[in-house]
Amino acid sequence: MKRSDREKELSRRMITRRALGLGAVMTAVTGTLMWRLRDMQLEQADAFRLLAEENRINLRLLPPTRGLIHDRNGVLLAGNEQNYRVVMTRDDAGDIDLVLARLQKLIALDDEAVARARDDMMRNRPFVPVTVAERLSWEDISRIAANAPALPGVTPEMGLSRLYPLQADLAHVVGYVGPVSDRDLEGQDRPDPVLMIPRFQIGKSGVERAQEDRLRGKAGSQRVEVNSVGRVMRELDRVEGEPGENLHLTIDARLQNYALERLDGQSAAAVVIDVESGDILAAASAPSYDANLFVRGISSKDYNGLLENDYRPLVNKCVQGMYPPGSTFKMVTALAALDAAETDGRERVFCPGHMDVSGNRFHCWKRAGHGRVDLVSALAESCDVYFYEMSQRCGIERINAMSERLGLGIRYDLPMTSVASGLNPSREWKLRTRDADWRIGDTVNVSIGQGYVLTTPLQLAVMTARLASNRAVLPRLIRDPMERAAPQAASLDLRPEWLEMIRRGMSDVVNDRRGTAYSSRVVDPTMVMAGKTGTSQVFRITQAERDSGIRRQEDLPWNRRNHALFVNFAPLDNPKVAVAVIVEHGGGGSTAAAPIGRDILLAALNDGRPPLSAYPTSQRNRISAEQDALAERLRDLGAFRVSRA
Amino acid sequence: MSYLEYNTQRMPKGAAKMLHLNWALVVLLIAVACYGFVMLYSVAGGSARPWMEPQLQRFVIGLAVMFIVAMVPIWFWRSVSGLAYGLSTLLLLGVEFFGAVGMGAQRWLEIGPLRLQPSELAKITTIMALAAYYDWVDIKKISRPVFVVGAALIVLFPVFLVVRQPDLGTSLLIAAAGGAVIFAAGVHWAYFAGVIGTFAGLVFAVFASRGTDWQLLKDYQYRRIDAFLDPTLDPLGAGYHINQAMIALGSGGWSGRGFMEGTQSRLNFLPEKHTDFIFTTLAEEFGFIGAGSLLVLYMLILAFCLVTVLRTSNRYAALLAVGVTANFFLYFAVNTAMVMGLAPVVGVPLPLISYGGSAMMVLMVGFGLLQSAHVHRPRLPT
Repeated sequence: MKRSDREKELSRRMITRRALGLGAVMTAVTGTLMWRLRDMQLEQADAFRLLAEENRINLRLLPPTRGLIHDRNGVLLAGNEQNYRVVMTRDDAGDIDLVLARLQKLIALDDEAVARARDDMMRNRPFVPVTVAERLSWEDISRIAANAPALPGVTPEMGLSRLYPLQADLAHVVGYVGPVSDRDLEGQDRPDPVLMIPRFQIGKSGVERAQEDRLRGKAGSQRVEVNSVGRVMRELDRVEGEPGENLHLTIDARLQNYALERLDGQSAAAVVIDVESGDILAAASAPSYDANLFVRGISSKDYNGLLENDYRPLVNKCVQGMYPPGSTFKMVTALAALDAAETDGRERVFCPGHMDVSGNRFHCWKRAGHGRVDLVSALAESCDVYFYEMSQRCGIERINAMSERLGLGIRYDLPMTSVASGLNPSREWKLRTRDADWRIGDTVNVSIGQGYVLTTPLQLAVMTARLASNRAVLPRLIRDPMERAAPQAASLDLRPEWLEMIRRGMSDVVNDRRGTAYSSRVVDPTMVMAGKTGTSQVFRITQAERDSGIRRQEDLPWNRRNHALFVNFAPLDNPKVAVAVIVEHGGGGSTAAAPIGRDILLAALNDGRPPLSAYPTSQRNRISAEQDALAERLRDLGAFRVSRA
Repeated sequence: MSYLEYNTQRMPKGAAKMLHLNWALVVLLIAVACYGFVMLYSVAGGSARPWMEPQLQRFVIGLAVMFIVAMVPIWFWRSVSGLAYGLSTLLLLGVEFFGAVGMGAQRWLEIGPLRLQPSELAKITTIMALAAYYDWVDIKKISRPVFVVGAALIVLFPVFLVVRQPDLGTSLLIAAAGGAVIFAAGVHWAYFAGVIGTFAGLVFAVFASRGTDWQLLKDYQYRRIDAFLDPTLDPLGAGYHINQAMIALGSGGWSGRGFMEGTQSRLNFLPEKHTDFIFTTLAEEFGFIGAGSLLVLYMLILAFCLVTVLRTSNRYAALLAVGVTANFFLYFAVNTAMVMGLAPVVGVPLPLISYGGSAMMVLMVGFGLLQSAHVHRPRLPT
């Protein structure tokens, strides 16, 4: 625009004034920068030069020694083994591909490993050493050392790697370690620097994962002098890290080994628990897998094999498997009725073989009926009608409350992976999740452990332990080796006369001729056993099937067969150990699960091996043969026993 | 302003214009660029490749561009200011929609074989647009809110687009250079107090938003701020760059460790040693003498730029020169403050020295405009 001379003069003055002002600010800022430069380069030059010197001195993180895991008797469950490996630093190697190609000529190194090492190096900062090959032989290492000049940036190292001496025995409990993945670092704002060490291994499942913080320890550091091309000349000093804490599990490795082998060939789980302390003595889930495979990097073929196996070896059925408890739930129904004062237990109920409830007919497993049964005989013979009747008297809310009191439907805080809570159904639960009203038929189903109720083998073991000890025992997996006595749980406050009836019923299950598991009795008077069988339907039996005659379990495809369950404890007069066994699709509880429960319980009472003398004379020949066959597969743990410090 | 405002009789014409250039400035630019060549030779381990040679070519081209721009009358540049601003804004929008992603940010626009960084271009065009704007606005109405808002929009539109790339460093430079022009134009100081106050509030908001789902910056930018506030916190992680840079700089001492003797850059401890962190290598190898003398050279460049500002009575030309000066100042001040640990690590190159094409070219165009203002300044009739 056209401006008057006055305006032009005004503009010019303003710009001059303001530009000089800006000039002053710029001068002041540059002066400050100059001052800072002077301060750093002249005042603090020595300190910085020292730092520059230290730069030539490399700081390396030393991975801490991971804590060991022992069983209750000091048997090593997870240890660390010496391991020769080769690390490579991108910065020092120069042409990575050339060096890797040379390395491939010296040691067995597949293309996949080379590609992985290459990726690791490119992903990390150039000075970070990356593991190229592990578990090398001494010959490999010496060959590399001899060719060192042709392999810039390559350093042989000795390190520790995780080893599970008992292989598959505790894979589900102890878990395994694996390299840190991006997922592990997610959500960690300032991750432990030791996690940045390439291929540093952390717990991925089981105790290894749940107790990672205690097992990991703290990283140490090492200062090494490097020459102009970055090759390590000598170690200057070394700050050892803090090794991880050693853990002692409540598991008895010998018993665990026995239990797992006893379950071999089936998709099954067994939990052994101390009735007073809640110590988990064994938690076997069959089939298992060798945890060492995961440490070494499992091949996709092996991994797919595990994933596609119908028996689901990767699942810890003890705590993750949820099953209808079947008749093993009947103690809950009985106690709920007693607690509600709906029966005194001596009252007899007539079982005609079925019961009609609001237009539906509920069958007893014995079509001819049991006649008149009281609580004890109803348990012993597993009469369904008796419990149908009791459940209608006391109602689902009482059953739900008693179930929870006995430890079912609770998610236990154990250092294991994916501990399931099971399902303790109630009116409120059904309304919330199914948007449907609770029906009396639902209660009747639950009374015999069918319908909505789901439990894990661990929960059944806890329930049995609580029935045996009348204490609110909580399962635990880790114990303080220094503790003098196991902690005692609070009393469950069930009336002794009720428990007396329940125990008598459970005793009759195995010790009375009419009991459902009479063939699994124990004759040794010091180890008298009590138990309860259970057979839970996986598929509803349709009326059509019932009419055409129920097909025998053996004729059904495996995955439609019933689950077989058995819970037991012993000795009857002074209970010490409780066991819960489930054989997936095993058929009947008395035939498929009870013999296993007896064997494992006897093993638990006798340092991991059942004594032949405890079995009825008529069975000893067969049992002896079975034991001999099993003994060949059992592990001698003498070699793994570590004297306790 | 129009052509008629000039005393055309006294305006140099043709080749004679060369004599009226701000020659001191030209000499200073060449001197600073030589520092750059030496350092690029050094960080390449004593080799003209891969950095020094292309940089030398670029600088020569840049000088030529500067002379050409300087020869074109300043009133021509005024008349195309709006056009240039519009064009660069379109290119920024192009980045928004078609830009290539590199290092977690969209900054580049690829048009055929050409790789363009429109945010660099926007630095100059924003200044041009502002200068033209204030040349147009009535001086007496300059502090009226409506005209201040107009200027603010001119600045904030490209700033907004650059922030979205995201390139916080460049966007702050554009905003600050624009602010200098607005300030020099004579807008009431209360506005600046207001803006600075708001900015302080914004900084607070940026920190307060951290970790919430309306987080204002990318995580890597927060980590840079963390590292800036306390580089020792994480010497192997976020603070690595700045720590190593400070070590290199400080260890230079009075006279440095000698040409090509800096251990920090030799052993690859320095990041980006040929671009953003090149000042540290200079300081390491030539010490306070080298680094300090570079700062003095920069100061002299500023001084001679101011001479141009003060000598032209033309409003557009003076404001444009102020903008170019401020832009140049911000470049080296932010870069050196950054490597000395006084400012967060933002991607700002050291002007005329860091390796890189876009920034150098834009800088030389800026100086060309300033030279044009110098050559074509109105002469008083005698």
